[in-house]
Amino acid sequence: MTSTLLEALSLLGSFDHRLLEIVGLSLRVSLTALAIGALIGLPFGAWLAVANFPGRAVLNVALNALMGLPSVVVGVLVYLVLSRSGPLGSYGLLYSPSAMIIAQSMLVVPLIAAVTRQIVEDVWKDYAQEFSLIGLSRSQSVMLLLADCRFSLTVAALAGLGRAMSEVGAVMIVGGNIDGYTRVMTTAIALETSKGDLALSIALGLVLMSLILAINIAIYSLRTWASRRYG
Amino acid sequence: MFPLRINGLRFAPPGRVVLDGLNLELGGEGISLILGPNGVGKTLLLRLIAGLLSPSAGQLDWAGKAQPDGRLAMVFQQPMMLRLSVFANVEFALRPQGFSAAERAARTNEVLARVGLAQRAADCARLLSGGERQRLALARAWAMRPRLLLLDEPTASLDPSATEQVERIIREVRTDGAKVLMTTHNLGQATRLADDIIFLAEGRVQEHAPAQRFFARPQSPAARAFLQGELPWRITFDR
Repeated sequence: MTSTLLEALSLLGSFDHRLLEIVGLSLRVSLTALAIGALIGLPFGAWLAVANFPGRAVLNVALNALMGLPSVVVGVLVYLVLSRSGPLGSYGLLYSPSAMIIAQSMLVVPLIAAVTRQIVEDVWKDYAQEFSLIGLSRSQSVMLLLADCRFSLTVAALAGLGRAMSEVGAVMIVGGNIDGYTRVMTTAIALETSKGDLALSIALGLVLMSLILAINIAIYSLRTWASRRYG
Repeated sequence: MFPLRINGLRFAPPGRVVLDGLNLELGGEGISLILGPNGVGKTLLLRLIAGLLSPSAGQLDWAGKAQPDGRLAMVFQQPMMLRLSVFANVEFALRPQGFSAAERAARTNEVLARVGLAQRAADCARLLSGGERQRLALARAWAMRPRLLLLDEPTASLDPSATEQVERIIREVRTDGAKVLMTTHNLGQATRLADDIIFLAEGRVQEHAPAQRFFARPQSPAARAFLQGELPWRITFDR
């Protein structure tokens, strides 16, 4: 066990090329999925918080339910759409980082939207009357609420990034875990563990945990600073 | 927009009646103050006039129209402050009016200067003191150039210095041509600011009179009792 851990630390210390490649691809796929998730999920969640239409409650429940969407189900759905006989098969995206980004985005969007809706709705209760008297349109209200809640919404982004980075089922199905092309940290950990190469698995696990911890520390620091700066 | 005639206004949420057949006529000038005991429906009346609530019965007649044709603004007792700069907290309120960015900026800077917050334009609004927040809320409302400004206890919990600053701004808004309708519990403020007093009790307007006459010779028994309770040193009234 100790020798395996030392070997893992040695891989990290030597900036192993294979390891860096996997970490780089993981970050690229997850951060792109997070950006797409934020672009869609933030305004949609805020819009849902201020909108008033029949069936809104049903949509809220559905969105909350989608937060628990099994990643393998998303993987299968994206696989069917991108496979050669699927509607988007002609684009040849299956077993590519793009397919992994699509799958992860599908997992991240409902999560960010649902958390955003809850955060914005709590604020909206206090602002609705004044916004209404001022005569702001729904889109103007949404933009202002997103700006006002920007620091709280880092939690939504954090949840989305956590889901993307820790996801394994969907990216395994649509990415294929191809060495040097679609292999990310989670799929590599699963594969190397099954092969008995625990050193690489542990090294990747340490990187993954360190990254998530570093991101959380950064977000916590940002919120603490913002609380002092903006009240 | 004026005169505003309120006819038979009733507001009765389940289990109680707050306003019951309230009648009132308001002209388009001056500062009208709504006085009355706690829970009588002063804030509620402002919200009904603002259109934030629908009455159970009765109607508001804005010079023959169902809706006001002039701008209406309201400052709440706890005004909303976005986690943005002081400047942005005024500027956003001008967006629905279709002004250009330059016009919005000019108007915002002008009102911030008039309420004494020009130096704090870049600061975050949430970090302002209570008095500064109220001045900012007034600046936001003022920037919209309202024809009717509704103020819900704008100086509640402010110290005398902050109260004086807010009162000065309210007078300036009136001078600028806006009709001001406000609630207060501060009878000293009522004597300083009001052109006329609307006294509410038991769900109705018990008395609507020029301020000087109201404080010197209240006509209704409810107003006399209220003033005696609120002003223990005023034990007799002019006859």
